[in-house]
Amino acid sequence: MTVQINDAIRKLDKKSFPAWYEIPLGGTLVAEGSTDYHTGSWRTKRPIWNAEECSHCMICWMYCPETAIKVENGKVVGIDTNLCKGCGICANECPREKAMTMAPGGEY
Amino acid sequence: MASLKELSQREILFTGGHRLCAGCPAPIVVKQVLLAAPHAPIVVNPTCCLEISSAVFPYTAWKVPYYHNAFENAAAVASGIDAAITALRRRGKLDENKKFSVIAIGGDGGTYDIGFQALSGMLERGHRVLYVCYDNGAYMNTGIQRSGATPYGAWTTTSHVGDAQKGKQQHRKDLAWIAAAHGAYVANASLHNWRDLMRKVEKALNYDGPSFINVQAPCPRGWRFPEDKTVEIARLGTECCFYPLYEVEDRGRKWVINYVPRNKIPVTEYLKPQGRFAHFFQKGNEYLIEEFQAEVDRRWEHLQRLAKMSEDL
Ligand SMILES: Cc1ncc(C[n+]2csc(CCOP(=O)(O)OP(=O)(O)O)c2C)c(N)n1
Ligand code: SF4
Ligand code: SF4
Ligand code: SF4
Ligand SMILES: [Mg+2]
Repeated sequence: MTVQINDAIRKLDKKSFPAWYEIPLGGTLVAEGSTDYHTGSWRTKRPIWNAEECSHCMICWMYCPETAIKVENGKVVGIDTNLCKGCGICANECPREKAMTMAPGGEY
Repeated sequence: MASLKELSQREILFTGGHRLCAGCPAPIVVKQVLLAAPHAPIVVNPTCCLEISSAVFPYTAWKVPYYHNAFENAAAVASGIDAAITALRRRGKLDENKKFSVIAIGGDGGTYDIGFQALSGMLERGHRVLYVCYDNGAYMNTGIQRSGATPYGAWTTTSHVGDAQKGKQQHRKDLAWIAAAHGAYVANASLHNWRDLMRKVEKALNYDGPSFINVQAPCPRGWRFPEDKTVEIARLGTECCFYPLYEVEDRGRKWVINYVPRNKIPVTEYLKPQGRFAHFFQKGNEYLIEEFQAEVDRRWEHLQRLAKMSEDL
């Protein structure tokens, strides 16, 4: 029940709010994860990942604060543009000069 | 310790979509702590940037049982959870073999200052809890007020820079030393050295007693540096020995330095990129750099003495 309420609230138009009695007791959060909240719109610069240059060392994966480095079977496969806030830590920490770089502007 | 490649195939139990600033250190610390936890984690989190931004109703970035408590009582709540696990086991309501990693994660304000009493009690009573402090050196969530962890001379919104004073007038409290006096497993770690941090978390959570890990967590917003430099600043903090990596075992007696910089860099390399220390580099304020350096040297030398004394233990 509470899960459904949370999910319903999450789908609501941002402008309309639930009534107090629709909110679970104690504000309990039961729908786990927040990846459906897209912080990608915060970006003012964007990381550019270069598959050919990448050594898949996973350093960017360890330091990305947004879990935005997408990994499959131990290999980087790209950037989650829904989540990436464009902080640039990945590019700053990447040991290979051309594997991860930052470009101005948030839009891909 | 698993390699980065192996780790990257595990699920991160703290997701994106949280509202922490771009480049925030907190999720990097949380990621490393959760990846290293050897048993099912239960997280307790006092009010701080991390809490306020990761559990915004109806969202939660946490994929583990998570309890937001008040600003001052994370350690008390975590103690209660530890006691409840013991009680439920005794009554046969919990599988004997099911193990938990009870972890409290708080900011420095909630740990050094307002939560200090609860922390001391938790360590003294000997609960099987790991308390992690992500130390960003001020009350960031409410607008960068000074805390017991704020370094000497740093600008904050309650330690101004002007004619009457130049930033914070006191040196920072060394909480790891105080925690060590309780006889707990204690470590100083930093997010840039994930291998060291994760090893300490695993060790703490396998330890049959209380533990405290202080983690250097550079905050781009409060320390005034560009948000891509979070990890780099942490590295500089350790390379100049302002934030040394060490651990204390054997009930407060055995001090081990885990990383000795090959060339101990001058503190200016750490201070310069941070806007909160900009006044250190103005004419007439050279004494601030000298005093900062002198205190770093004093503490580093003392730490080395302790480590040397522990060598035969
Ligand atoms: C008893 C009480 N006093 C004050 C506050 C307001 N408050 C909430 S978070 C915070 C600062 C937290 O600082 P810290 O623990 O260092 O975490 P950070 O925000 O820096 O990550 C303050 C003052 C509160 N929630 N409760
Ligand atoms: S840090 Fe650079 S080289 Fe390493 S995985 Fe990321 S992009 Fe590839
Ligand atoms: S720019 Fe920041 S948020 Fe985006 S992928 Fe790189 S480290 Fe992650
Ligand atoms: S103020 Fe600092 S600690 Fe708080 S969310 Fe922003 S970067 Fe993170
Ligand atoms: Mg703080």
